[in-house]
Amino acid sequence: MIGQYTRRKVTNYLMLTLCGLATLAAIAILLLVVGYTAVNGLPYLNLEFITQTARPLGEPGGGMRNEIIGTLILVGLASAIGLPVGLLAGSFLAEYGDGRVGTAVRLVADVLTGVPSVVIGIFVYIIMVRSMGTFSALSGGVALAIIMLPIVARTTEEMMRLIPATYREAALALGISRWRTIISVVIPGAMTGIVTGSMLAVARITGETAPLIFTALGNRFGFSGLLNPIAAMPLQIWRYATSAYDTWHQQAWAASFLLVIFVLFINISVRWLTARRYGYTR
Amino acid sequence: MSHETDWERPLEQRAKIVVERLNAWYGPVHAIHDISLTILDRRITAVIGPSGCGKSTLLRCLNRMHEVQPGARAQGEVLLNGENIYASGVDPVTVRRRVGMVFQRPNPFPTMSVFDNVAAGLKLHSLLSRTRFADTVERALRRAALWDEVKDKLKKNGAALSGGQQQRLCIARALAVEPEVLLMDEPASALDPMATLAIEDLMRELVQDTTIVIVTHNMQQAARVSDKTAFLLANAQGAGELIEYGDTPQVFTNPKDERTEAYITGRFG
Ligand SMILES: Nc1ncnc2c1ncn2[C@@H]1O[C@H](COP(=O)(O)OP(=O)(O)OP(=O)(O)O)[C@@H](O)[C@H]1O
Ligand SMILES: [Mg+2]
Repeated sequence: MIGQYTRRKVTNYLMLTLCGLATLAAIAILLLVVGYTAVNGLPYLNLEFITQTARPLGEPGGGMRNEIIGTLILVGLASAIGLPVGLLAGSFLAEYGDGRVGTAVRLVADVLTGVPSVVIGIFVYIIMVRSMGTFSALSGGVALAIIMLPIVARTTEEMMRLIPATYREAALALGISRWRTIISVVIPGAMTGIVTGSMLAVARITGETAPLIFTALGNRFGFSGLLNPIAAMPLQIWRYATSAYDTWHQQAWAASFLLVIFVLFINISVRWLTARRYGYTR
Repeated sequence: MSHETDWERPLEQRAKIVVERLNAWYGPVHAIHDISLTILDRRITAVIGPSGCGKSTLLRCLNRMHEVQPGARAQGEVLLNGENIYASGVDPVTVRRRVGMVFQRPNPFPTMSVFDNVAAGLKLHSLLSRTRFADTVERALRRAALWDEVKDKLKKNGAALSGGQQQRLCIARALAVEPEVLLMDEPASALDPMATLAIEDLMRELVQDTTIVIVTHNMQQAARVSDKTAFLLANAQGAGELIEYGDTPQVFTNPKDERTEAYITGRFG
């Protein structure tokens, strides 16, 4: 009996240590990434970096105003397309998705989640860029929207399915129509989850580089309409980081740090949102 | 058919709902078998029987709520004011407006305040002004004997009330749309004796202009409030059948079927 007890205690202790070490490793990696980009990027991150455009090579200073604005426009564009379509697709899957069509749509969404983003970039290049004859902000937004779409649709579906049938029944029994029940009872109940999923999808696409190479292309001048190429931070980071100039490397670090901060900010907001939802705030 | 001559009968004998050979299934499970009965207008009908005999299923068939569950279906006729609610072309939404329901387990909308819960049926329907809502909401809450307890927390979340308060909130919510028929599935199961009596008073008041069908496990309650009593029992295959249906005093004091007698005297069930 004593032997068994001791063995159990040792096993317990061992497992706890292993879990602790794994957690530590995960945190360490995150801290390293954030810390390294901070050390390299923070010194060059200043007001000029955000408000100024790039200077010609050799001239000191300059910043990424165009690229920051470009990324905001691309992400905004992608959200404007991806969020509503994803929300509707997710609602469809949750409410009417038990048949064959639903299974097919779900499969497509899951496969799409796994498709490398570069492939989506090439796809949009062939469909849009080639037929329109120009790289464009619009095609970049569409590529990013396609990446968002399955994430938003599937989280929306999962969250709506979590709403107990009794609430749906309560609404139906009051003589409320089905679509009104979905809009006024099911979706509000699932809202926190849907917003969380959407924000994570936004965080995911903000740093996407590969699909933008074939679509948004990049633009040294300011924003010049949705049907023209547009600058983006990830693209500029890639170009600067693979160049041979120290000043460009520094700017790449600063931009990287800015992106990391943005993603971190979204994740922390999501945590705060979910904590508020499940805590007792009323 | 008997119901065609109903309008010549005295008021207290008129049929509100006529159930003809009703059967209901959950997938392969046959839950109720060939139930036929006539529910009288502006009367309280109690449905009693042991757990699992199909009382809730019968109730849900009366406002087409049975079919909203995956795999569930019903067969037979349910005539509301002489018209079959299962006829093709009948919109279940309209049926449910007229035949309201209070569920066995309280289910207030968790994303809505107390006020919005009660107003939900009206808000998600008509274009009445807010002030009219306020009056209707107060009236519904008063009738459900909940007003005094929640009048200071109308803006609070409906799910933040106690179980018994939630049950009365659901009753108020059903009352607010003023249905012709009110189906109540064990509305007093979560209530203390005072609230239970208040709900029974409410039923007596409501029955002036509403038809009520109530499922209850409480024999005294059935005997106290109802005019008619239906006794259901599962047959050998597990499907609920109507064993006895009659005036409440007769069913309780002089049951025709010995199984009814055994049940109400507590010898089984
Ligand atoms: N969702 C469901 N899926 C499958 N079978 C069900 C479902 N709901 C009820 N049943 C079955 O149908 C039969 C009747 O159930 P019902 O809920 O109508 O009983 P009840 O008389 O209301 O019981 P109680 O007094 O416990 O509420 C039971 O045998 C039950 O197991
Ligand atoms: Mg029941």
